[in-house]
Amino acid sequence: MTEEEKFIPNDTIDLRGVLCPINFVKTKLKLEMLETGQLLEVILDDGEPMRSVPRSIKEEGHKIIKVENLDNSYRILIKKA
Amino acid sequence: MTEKTAKQKIDLNELKSGGFIKQTQKDLFTVRLKVPGGRITPDKMIKIAEVAKKYSRLGYCHLSFRQSVEIIGVHIDDFDTVVKELATVGQKVASCGPRVRVPTACGGCEYNPNGIMDTQSKALEVDEKFFGTPCHHKFKMGFSGCPIDCTRTRESDLGFQGVVYPVWTEDLCNGCTLCAKACLEGAIVSDKEGKPIFDKSKCVYCGDCIKACPTDAWKEKKKGWLVRVGGKHGRHPREADEVLDYLPDEKVNDFVSATIEWYNKNGKTKERIGSSIDRVGLDKFKKEVVAAFTKT
Repeated sequence: MTEEEKFIPNDTIDLRGVLCPINFVKTKLKLEMLETGQLLEVILDDGEPMRSVPRSIKEEGHKIIKVENLDNSYRILIKKA
Repeated sequence: MTEKTAKQKIDLNELKSGGFIKQTQKDLFTVRLKVPGGRITPDKMIKIAEVAKKYSRLGYCHLSFRQSVEIIGVHIDDFDTVVKELATVGQKVASCGPRVRVPTACGGCEYNPNGIMDTQSKALEVDEKFFGTPCHHKFKMGFSGCPIDCTRTRESDLGFQGVVYPVWTEDLCNGCTLCAKACLEGAIVSDKEGKPIFDKSKCVYCGDCIKACPTDAWKEKKKGWLVRVGGKHGRHPREADEVLDYLPDEKVNDFVSATIEWYNKNGKTKERIGSSIDRVGLDKFKKEVVAAFTKT
């Protein structure tokens, strides 16, 4: 597996414009549909969503393996625990 | 307490502890109940409700500003029965007057994601040890689990607030910048590679960086209590002085003990500790009480 392939998500969810805590709940539901070790790509707004969602994901035991800065939003890659 | 009644003998010791407060109505009192840290079992709530239904002659309770349940309108003749009935579930009467009051605390670190220190256990422990200690005036203590300070330790005679000191390990950092996002204080900014630049002077020790970090590059170095003394509300509010930025958990009782001792020695009748500090100087308090706790 190349470096690039390591970061190919199995599923993706765009949560721009979705408020806390709905964005976290949606992320959680999406993660439940994946297998352990699979990757979920989440697009989050800057501000409160970026402050809260990654932290809650960590509390649930999943791993954030990549964070990318887009325009006024972020793309994070979560590895399901 | 000068009220007299022929019908029933009043247990003076119960009254002295202070939880019976004279009302405007003849022979009616507010019975203030002890709820350390505001945490109460359903069994106690049910019993309090039963007792209040039977003995409140006005038919209601009041939740005090410092987390006590108060039964309003209890007749002086019913004191003994009320105390006995409440005692069947271990519910005790609180205090008023010039003494150490029931400590307040925030909800609890067991379920609040912001919690750093266990305020509930500490409030119980301190209550057990110091409740009712006579002082020059009221002496209120509060415990907040994190820097959000829901218990308002800045207006407590003696307040303890949870703090966590973060430490960063470069090798574990992948430059994700989540810590800088998480920090509300601007104490962390990311450099070009996404690595954090930490400004200690802006940090309030909330631990948000530690909670946000996905690689455990930010970890807890130590956690404990920040200590504030001399706060009060009332007619002339005074914001507490921050006297210690770190006190280990196991030193809290010693600090409370030393502070009360100092207050009783240096204070005057009807004077809160904040006023004593204003009169004799904060430096004197720091030298005589705080200094012994600064070596950590």
